[in-house]
Amino acid sequence: MSKLLNLATPIPVAENVEKLMDIVTDTFSSQFRFIQNNGADLMDFVTSTLTSIPPYVFMLIVAVLAFFATGKKFGLAIFSILGLLFILNQGLWDQLMNTFTLVMFSSLIAIIIGIPLGILMSKSKVVEEILKPILDFMQTMPGFVYLIPAVAFFGIGVVPGVFASVIFALPPTVRFTNLGIRQVPKHLIEAADSYGSTFTQKLLKVELPLSKATIMAGINQTVLLSLSMVVIASMIGAPGLGREVLSALQRAQIGNGFVAGISLVIFAIIVDRLTQSLNKDKSNGGK
Amino acid sequence: MGKIKIERVTKVFGKNTSQALKLVKQEKSKEQILKETNATVGVYEASLTIEEGEIFVIMGLSGSGKSTLIRLLNRLIQPTSGDIYIDNQNITNLNKKSLQIVRREKMSMVFQNFALFPQRTILQNAEYGLEIRGIPKEERRLKAEKALQNAGLLSYKDQYPDQLSGGMQQRVGLARALANDTEIILMDEAFSALDPLIRKEMQDELLELQANLQKTIVFITHDLNEALRIGDRIAIMKDGKIIQVGTGEEILTNPANEYVRSFLEDVDRSKVLTAENAMIRPMTIQIDHEGPKVALQRMKEDKVSVLLAVDKARKYLGYITANDALNLAKSGEKSLKSILRNDMPIVEPSTVIQEILSVISDSPTPVAVVEEGKLRGVLIRGVVLESLASEKNGGVDNE
Repeated sequence: MSKLLNLATPIPVAENVEKLMDIVTDTFSSQFRFIQNNGADLMDFVTSTLTSIPPYVFMLIVAVLAFFATGKKFGLAIFSILGLLFILNQGLWDQLMNTFTLVMFSSLIAIIIGIPLGILMSKSKVVEEILKPILDFMQTMPGFVYLIPAVAFFGIGVVPGVFASVIFALPPTVRFTNLGIRQVPKHLIEAADSYGSTFTQKLLKVELPLSKATIMAGINQTVLLSLSMVVIASMIGAPGLGREVLSALQRAQIGNGFVAGISLVIFAIIVDRLTQSLNKDKSNGGK
Repeated sequence: MGKIKIERVTKVFGKNTSQALKLVKQEKSKEQILKETNATVGVYEASLTIEEGEIFVIMGLSGSGKSTLIRLLNRLIQPTSGDIYIDNQNITNLNKKSLQIVRREKMSMVFQNFALFPQRTILQNAEYGLEIRGIPKEERRLKAEKALQNAGLLSYKDQYPDQLSGGMQQRVGLARALANDTEIILMDEAFSALDPLIRKEMQDELLELQANLQKTIVFITHDLNEALRIGDRIAIMKDGKIIQVGTGEEILTNPANEYVRSFLEDVDRSKVLTAENAMIRPMTIQIDHEGPKVALQRMKEDKVSVLLAVDKARKYLGYITANDALNLAKSGEKSLKSILRNDMPIVEPSTVIQEILSVISDSPTPVAVVEEGKLRGVLIRGVVLESLASEKNGGVDNE
């Protein structure tokens, strides 16, 4: 009976996690502060640079990019111009640039961390066994939860937003890089080995080029996931379109919410199609 | 000596390698080892010496361990036990760096499914080995272009592999190996994926190439006809063991056991059977001492109508017929020299039967097999055709 009663008293998981977080926060507080300050400065600078570009010039650049990336077709280019004109018309241009910076930074960081992790995972069975459950954990955990350590480490603002987005968006790049490299046909690996390739030569000349399409698909997923994190990150003070959605939600302004939401969707479509067609373009060139 | 030498090399696949290895040393069978330890023996205590400048063919059915064996030579597969020597250097325990150097400088490999890098152009593929070795760009391009030119593919150098047919792709595979200019070339079922016509063409090209380059070529195949066509020596493998090593000739005429013999059944023997294999002992008459009566007596005894005439040193002179000998005997003349005929076809012992089938069947007389003037044997139509036919219907009974 007493044992059963013991079971009924909760194990202090929450307390311990909190203690752990406190320790981490205290130990690395100066580093976190450094990242927070400099990161915020850097991103502010990028955003202000982006907003200083006249919107029409920006649209033109995007349209030209879309035109060539899709193989000289007008579809995406026209959609981009119309979509961006709508966002500009609704007075959300600055917000859009903030979102753009946030997505760009979190995607870049996720890719920089994710690809080497994926390579490591594809080369070592042990690393794969360790990383797989962690990636599963990261992907099933609701995105909101990442806001808690983000706030604990970095306070509020754009830097914790990026931090939460990176964690949320990282898994696809890691997974697809691993998958892509493991899918390189065995006889090509043998050919590379039989001519005496070193680890790096094999990676750069055979494995990465041949898994490029798969890795690019992973990167595309990562970009879209980090974009979907924008709204959530706005709850801890990250600026951008997400903040408009959030404030519309808080004030029950259905119309404003709809406009901000549509703007996000437009931006997402442009980003998605652009990264996808970049991928197609490259894999065709390789054949 | 030998360019490549392997000594008692064993490869065990699976988890229980050390225990399986013990059973290998006890000479247990492959099935028994699989049953007892759940480990598969890929190569079973194989020993071989491959000489410089020869085309050495390793042949066996799928699962016989031949592909594993060739991968042990450049350690794409790590041997479980035994020693492998390349140019008298034991490469079995080389570290990564030294092994890379051996792979770069000593040998190149050609693969069954070509294994060309799809994202690289034909030229870039041919350059690969040189690029890995850090050869300067200009130099490696020149070498690769030369190799492609020899393969007749220079005009395709900016294409990608999947724009080429299978035969052309394998020519690129071969050019990639040759551009690397190593002394050893490993060819793993290199022509097996090609259709028969192209395959024969490639075999001819390889032989032509070998005549000029004198590489040491290790060639894997499951096709005995191919092995006999291109191999200077052939090793036959079964269940990871090397059953017989020898020239095509030796294996054909003297199969080591039933398994090797069963291989030979589907070989078109006329292609490989030489005059030496098909000839029989000739009925001769020593023309310096023996006269018409002896000749007639011998013909009667052996039930033949023709005798081949030789001198004391068994030098071939011609032949005599029964009719002539009879007339001569009636006339009382003693010397056979007057009735000697000279119109019998003569072939060398190494002549392939296929090439002289029409001669044999058209000639009214048997065909003499003569080497450096000396009579070695005789080809008789009936016997030659019979041996060809019996081989096609399963030569086992005949041997």
